[in-house]
Formats: sequence, structure tokens, C-alpha cells
Amino acid sequence: MKTLATATALILPLLAGPALAGKAFVSNERGNTVTVIDTDSWEVLAEFAAGNRPRGITLSPDGTRLYVCASDDNLVRVFDTETYEELPSLPSGPDPELFVLHPSGNPLFIANEDDNLVTVTDVETRTVLEEIPVGVEPEGMAISPDAAIVINTSETTNMAHFIDTETYEIVHNVLVDQRPRYAEYTGDGSKLYVSSEIGGTVSVIEIGEDGTGEIARKIGFEVAGVLPEWLQPVGVKVTQDGSRVFVALGPANRVAVIDGATDEVLDYLLVGQRVWQMAFTPDERYLITTNGNSNDVSVIDVAAEEVVRSIPVGQQPWGVAVTD
Amino acid sequence: MKRLAHALALGFAMLFGADMAAAVEVRAAVLRVDYPALAPISRFEARPDDLGFAGAALATEDNATTGSFLGHGFETATRAVPPEEAGAALEDLIAAGHAHIAIHARADDLLRLADAAGERALIYNVGARDTRLRDADCRANVLHVTPSAAMLADAVAQFAVWKRWPDWLLVHGSNPADLALADDYRRAAAKFGAEIVEERLFEDTGGARRTDTGHVLVQRQLPVFMQGAGDHDVVVAADASDVFAPYLPFHLWTPRPVLGSGGLRPASFHPAHEAWGATQFQRRFEAQAGRYVREADYDTWLALRVLGEAVTRTGTAGIAEVRDYVLSDAFELAAFKGVPVTVRAWNGQLRQPVLLHDGRITVSVSPQEGFLHQVSPLDTLGIDAPESACTAFAEE
Repeated sequence: MKTLATATALILPLLAGPALAGKAFVSNERGNTVTVIDTDSWEVLAEFAAGNRPRGITLSPDGTRLYVCASDDNLVRVFDTETYEELPSLPSGPDPELFVLHPSGNPLFIANEDDNLVTVTDVETRTVLEEIPVGVEPEGMAISPDAAIVINTSETTNMAHFIDTETYEIVHNVLVDQRPRYAEYTGDGSKLYVSSEIGGTVSVIEIGEDGTGEIARKIGFEVAGVLPEWLQPVGVKVTQDGSRVFVALGPANRVAVIDGATDEVLDYLLVGQRVWQMAFTPDERYLITTNGNSNDVSVIDVAAEEVVRSIPVGQQPWGVAVTD
Repeated sequence: MKRLAHALALGFAMLFGADMAAAVEVRAAVLRVDYPALAPISRFEARPDDLGFAGAALATEDNATTGSFLGHGFETATRAVPPEEAGAALEDLIAAGHAHIAIHARADDLLRLADAAGERALIYNVGARDTRLRDADCRANVLHVTPSAAMLADAVAQFAVWKRWPDWLLVHGSNPADLALADDYRRAAAKFGAEIVEERLFEDTGGARRTDTGHVLVQRQLPVFMQGAGDHDVVVAADASDVFAPYLPFHLWTPRPVLGSGGLRPASFHPAHEAWGATQFQRRFEAQAGRYVREADYDTWLALRVLGEAVTRTGTAGIAEVRDYVLSDAFELAAFKGVPVTVRAWNGQLRQPVLLHDGRITVSVSPQEGFLHQVSPLDTLGIDAPESACTAFAEE
């Protein structure tokens, strides 16, 4: 019976497509692995080698390919999301940290932290299309829903750079607070959230007709009993309808829940230690957070705004991507 | 090709990102005074020719990259001179239009140069750690980027107290700098409730240090010098002259941890430090300089980044404007130490965490958990406003 169940489990995804078995892929920066979690049973399915210092992690739009920034290998490693077999790597430029994939699935825009560049890589021909000079220590990457603008944040220059995806030229810059880590658009592209880790704020940039914009307001954080210095915003995720914004607060071990209409903080959810990046399940029922110092991920029930479980993963989890 | 691309990007940045851009040319300088010195105890610590200058080069590149999006240009002149030529070098730099000058010099020379510069330059102290420069001997035109000896001593004291090692045996050298450092440790002990149960003076008699048989003599003589002490939890070494402290950890009579000038040492930065994005700083520095970073490099990098950040945010490089901004509540800067660094408006000292390392790894970072302050935990390190004898900043 058990054998049959296993066999069925093996066959079902092949028959029914990826819709039934959602998987979360977690990059473990120190462990040099990716942990795979079943998002129905929340069991760890596998852990596989993913190159040296895997950090940024994302999926092809069809969910079949997993892209991982192998920072110390100076390339993007590619894996089959069913078999976990490694596919040919992509050139990324030195020290890739975070990247964003064009909604069409190609190309990939990669932040090269050591070289003040954003590298644009064609994922089919596996060639570098362009190197775009940006500010010092590029990190956060986002793409507007209409795919016209790519955002890069530079951690030491403290800017959000707006890059035209046709010309690969910087068309606009916005100065934000110290050490911008992450950028995230709302689903309708009307707002851009940029987290500043050391500044302790999230800048809300309202986007105009031409795709650029200026800071409309800044979101600050305050938790009783936690030193203000520990409230360091890193990962940001916005629900597709824009009603809720979740901000990972690093060493404060909390995720802030923000009203997307007013940009006011509503609540703080206690998660694991040094919460870093986050990803929704595709149905947005759950938000998964990577907790770098407690070597686990927390699962947040998005509707209830509650942490419902934590799952041990590899050493120093950094990023997460989820298939449906 | 890359250079061309960068030039193009710069051009486009000026065309399109020019909302707040107005051309500013920032002329900074690093003036390093080199003193005759014996070789350090450890050849790992031999002084590189580009000490400090390598940090300045990275900062200038960082500032110029940011400036390329705003129309701000940065150049930094560097001078290394013997003490007797320092005054003339300062005049040359000021005459050539360098209004922001990082100085790596001993305390008395720093004061002499700062007083000579007056209102013609803003001085960034990146070398002299003497607490008195932030206290009674403070100057209105000097920002202290390097931490004071008091901050370093407090960083060590907090760690010892956090570890519940309250009973210290203080060993200090005989040179004036050693005696001043011993005072910093006495003050730190009193401040955080530790007790110096005994003090010993290690006389600097000169002579060879790194002879072939050095360790043989050290191994026999140091334990004898350290024997017969009363009960103590740790040995705290105040050896600013680098004469004996590095030998202490394995040559005591009673086995105890050593803190201070040997064993667990306080530092503004260390090449093994990786937390808070520091790995990126280390890699960028090493790629450019071809060696590991030294404290003087980091301090100089940070000084020029303070300037760069002020120019970025204010759009001017004027001495008064930069100074006002840096001393204001609006100023904060990321410095790879986990929290923003800011400046004490009452004495010009940069607030910053202090690393505690053993030569290989970052062991801890002060301020330690639980040491609280009404303004900032960083103000638990060093002389605080109520006890400060600095008046140069209060007259404004």
C-alpha cells in the first residue's frame, strides 16, 4: 500500500503538472545547498548541492527551472525543479547576489555586488547581453509589471537606479536611506518599495506615467523592547492586490505587516533569527521567510497574519522561491 | 570597454538623473606623517607604503561612482611626510584647494596641523586615538573618525563585564602612550564596575625584540615577571608601544585570558571581519590594494565616505556646510558594522561599534548587549557628553 502511494506520488506530478505539489526552494548561503520543501505537507523533500555561496534564487515562469546565484562561483547555476539535476550554468559576471527575471522568462538581470554592475544575461543562449554600470555594491533587483523598467539598489551609493529595459540605460535615480537591500513593485506598478537595512526604513516611491518616481513617504519601525538599531528591513513582499506589504526585519527576528493602502505598520510577526528574504506560495496563502541565524524557515498564514510553523533547513538560509 | 560604458552611463546620468545634480568638485587629501619606528613585533603588521592611502583610493572610487549619478566629482591627493615637513605639506594642500584633509599623525602633530589650518580646512583625524583630543584638547575643525582609546578600552571592559570577569590584573608599559592607555583602562574599569586588583609596570628597556632566540628568553622571563599576582579573572594589557603585550597570552604564570593590547584586541576594523556585508568591503579593498585592510585604511576610507555622504546629501562640499551636516541629526552612514555611524555633535567623535578580534576572527563586537544609553548604545563607548571637557563645539 505504501509502495503504491509512493508510486502514485511519483506519477501524479507527471500527469497533473506541477499544480498539485508545490515546492519551496531555499538557498543555504553557508551550507552551499538548496533545501526543497513540500508546501502541502511542509516536509523537507531534498537538499542538493547548489554551488558556492548560493544566495539569490528564482524560478522560470513555467516553474521548470530554478536559477541560483552561486556568488563565490561567479555564475548562475540552473537546476531542473523536478529532478534537481544541474543544467548548464549561466554567465553572471562576478559575485552575483540577487537577480530578477523578465516576466517573459528571459533575460535575467543580475546584480554584481563587487563590480558595481548589473549584468543582463540571455538564459537561452547563455550569453551576456549587457553590463550596466550602477552604484557601489548593487544588490536589490526588481522589474516593473510592464517590464519597461528594471530597478537596482546600490548599498553603498544608497540609490534606486531606474534602468530602461530597452536601452539598458539608467534613466532615473532616487536617493534613499542607508544600505538599500531590496526593491519590490506593487502588482499594478503604481508603487515601489525600497528597504534600507541600516537606515531602518522602507521608502515608498510613487511611480508616474514615465515609469520613474520620487519618494512619497518612508515607513519606520518600532517594537517595544527591541533596540531601534536591530530593526533592519531587508526582504519586502507585496500581495498581488497591494493590500498588504510584508517586510523582513533582519536581526529583530520579526516580519512587519503593513497596510498597503496607507503604508502604516499594522503588526509585527515573530519569526526565526535574522529573517532575510521571503516568498509567497503562488496562491498567496502562505509567505515563507528565510531565517539565516536559526537555520530554518517560518511559514506565515497570509490571511490570518500568523506564523503557523517553522521548518529546519540547511546552513544559513538566504533566499526562497516557490512553485505551484 | 567597461570604462567607455561607464563614461556613457555618466553622461546619461547627467542628462536624465539630473534633478538634484549640480556640478560639485570635491578636493580632499590624506596627509600621513611618518615617524621613525622599529619593526613591529609581528611581521604581519609591517607598515605598507600605501597605509591609509589604499583606503582613501577605495573611498574616492566609491564616492566618484555615486557622484557620477549626481554630477559630483571627487579627487583625493595623498602626501606622506616626516614630522618636520608636515606643516609645509599642509600649506601646499590648502593652497591647492584641498579643503577636506584626513590626517594620520600623532596627537601633538595633529593639534599643530589643525590649529595651522584653522577655518581653511576641515580635518578628519584618522590616526590619533588619544582620548584627550576628544576631551580637553578638542578642536572645532577636527572630526575624529578613528575611535578614541577610551572607546576601545570601554569596548574591552564591556566584554569582560558581560563575561563576568570583573577582577583585572592590569599590566602597562612605561612610555607616555602606555601610561595614557593604562588610564583609559582604569577609567573603563571604574565605569563598568570591574576592579583592577593589581597593576604591574613592564619597563621598556629598549633592545632587540625579534632576535633569533627571542622566544627563548620571552618564555623564561615573562612568566617570572607575571608570577605572584593575587586572584584575578583576566590580564588587561596597556601596551601602546607594542613592546610586550603580544607575548602575554601563552607566557603568563597563572593561565588567564589576556585582553587589550594582546590576546583579545579592540579595533575599528579587521581583515577577517565578514558580518554586515563587510565581506564585500574586504573583497573590493583587496582587489584594489593587493593586500589585507589595516585599521588606518578603514579609518581613512570611512573619513572620506563621511565627506562623500555629506556631499551626496547636501550637494555642496563647503567646509561649513559639510561640518554642519555631519554634526546634525540628519547624518548617518553605513560602515559595515551593523548600525549606522553618526557623529557626537559635542566633540566631533564618530560613534561606532568596536570589533574585538584575536588576530584571526571577530570574537565579539561592542557595545555589548545590556549596556544601555539614553541617546544611543554607541554612547556607552568613550567619554560621554556630561563628563566631557570639550568646549570647542559648545560655543556655536
